[in-house]
Amino acid sequence: MLKDITLGQFFPGDSFIHRLDPRTKILIMLVYIVLVFIIKNFYGYAALTLFLAACVFVSRIPPRFLIKGLKPILIFIVFTGVFNLFLTGGTPIWHWWIFTVTEEGVRFAAFMVLRLIFLILGTSLLTLTTSPIALTDGLEILLSPFKKIGLPAHEISMMMTIALRFIPTLLDETDKIMKAQSARGASIDTGSIFSRAKAMVPVLIPLFISAFRRADELATAMECRCYRGGDGRTRLYELRYKSTDLFGWIFICLLFAVILALNFVFGRF
Amino acid sequence: MEEINGAQSIVSVRDLKFEYTDEESDTRTEVLKGVSLDVRPGEFLAVLGHNGSGKSTLAKHLNAILLPTSGSVVVDGIDTSDTDRLFDIRRRVGMVFQNPDNQLVATIVEEDVAFAPENLGVPGDELRRRVDEALELVGMSRFKRHAPHMLSGGQKQRVAIAGVLAMQPKILVMDEPTAMLDPSGRREVLNTVSRLNREQGMTVVFITHYMDEAVKADRVIVMDSGVIAMQGTPREIFPQVERLVELGLDTPQSTYLMYMLNKQGLGLDGSVLDDKECAEALIRRIKRKAEN
Repeated sequence: MLKDITLGQFFPGDSFIHRLDPRTKILIMLVYIVLVFIIKNFYGYAALTLFLAACVFVSRIPPRFLIKGLKPILIFIVFTGVFNLFLTGGTPIWHWWIFTVTEEGVRFAAFMVLRLIFLILGTSLLTLTTSPIALTDGLEILLSPFKKIGLPAHEISMMMTIALRFIPTLLDETDKIMKAQSARGASIDTGSIFSRAKAMVPVLIPLFISAFRRADELATAMECRCYRGGDGRTRLYELRYKSTDLFGWIFICLLFAVILALNFVFGRF
Repeated sequence: MEEINGAQSIVSVRDLKFEYTDEESDTRTEVLKGVSLDVRPGEFLAVLGHNGSGKSTLAKHLNAILLPTSGSVVVDGIDTSDTDRLFDIRRRVGMVFQNPDNQLVATIVEEDVAFAPENLGVPGDELRRRVDEALELVGMSRFKRHAPHMLSGGQKQRVAIAGVLAMQPKILVMDEPTAMLDPSGRREVLNTVSRLNREQGMTVVFITHYMDEAVKADRVIVMDSGVIAMQGTPREIFPQVERLVELGLDTPQSTYLMYMLNKQGLGLDGSVLDDKECAEALIRRIKRKAEN
């Protein structure tokens, strides 16, 4: 059952988007997030939809993978929609008992829901087209200017790499411990939520102890391989900007201009 | 024991003592009680001993993971207590541990092999070459784009060996590298190491508690409670069955068979190391009997 957990959600491919430098993709994502928040009217969202659809088409990722990313936050989206719908003041258009729906409420709710959906779809596209290693590498380089103010850029990315490396190992271990405890009569998959949560304790304690032991051994092994932090390290794969990255930048700049223009021409809502 | 002068040996350990203090009970435990030993370049040295004999502690002194309480360890002319040259020592002594899972850092085989030379600041082209060479030497080139958790135990351990070979060390120290592997994994690792020793002239210090893994060694050291209890070639050491059992070790099965038969007064050659030599010795004995 633990085998079902997918690691990140990278969807390997060789499209234009897959080949973009991870740094470009992360920065474009930041611009995209800013755009999602500064859009003032529905024409803006239409432009954004067009952009996203084009990206998905070029990346050749089956759209259902993107939609799947929305599932975990579905409840959150519904809540946001409902609350904004009923709790926004303004011109009433519908009234029943203590519930009043206003014109402003409808628009505001639609806006909030759209924002959430676009945020998730955009970030999913990033993680679907970029391998976790490329992401950590890109992040390390992008964060390195902040080293001057004490941000441990290399350490953050090293921690992420090690976490990624050990997720499958620790999952295997969890599976083994669960089987060992079941063999001794522990029931992990049955009973109420509370009794199941309680049954996890004898699984988690050995798992934690083993994780600490592993960490200790790994630290020694890393020292034996001359690890001394990020200073003076070289890389097997140096990230290099390519001409395709320029196209990426041109596209996002165009989108930015278009949305600013739409905001200006049509105003709020 | 033959005398080796200091200049010829690549590792020279002199009267090494190591003790640690348990913080809670404030008791001092002496793990190594005066060990002296020399390793010659190109030698395959096996260090045997039961659990708690101090063999792993000795290994950790060879690349300055631990520093002596007293005595000295000199590796390729560098004293390990010279903290300024810590990384000079560690790049010369490649260390492989018991659990292959706990020494692989990266999520892709070739990136893991690149970890050590990346730390040493080896530039791009040279780095690529070293990684490919190291993977080739352990026969894992085919798997360079694989994730470590998809490999078998023996394969993972070979990747770990490649990971230290990429530092281009002078000595390979293996701390019970086969203890967590199945028989086929053990064979894989052992063959890889003995091939590196034979073909590349790599100096190997192989720590184990499996006697049969020490058969191929040039020299065997048996540790017991922090001192060297026996020392010599496998052929000198293994027939001393009673002494080995006393030290908590088994002998290879063929040597043990000879020992049992000789106890019955058959007068066989007691210094056989493997099945083939054992069979030959038995045939010789039968022929001699037939001639008489």
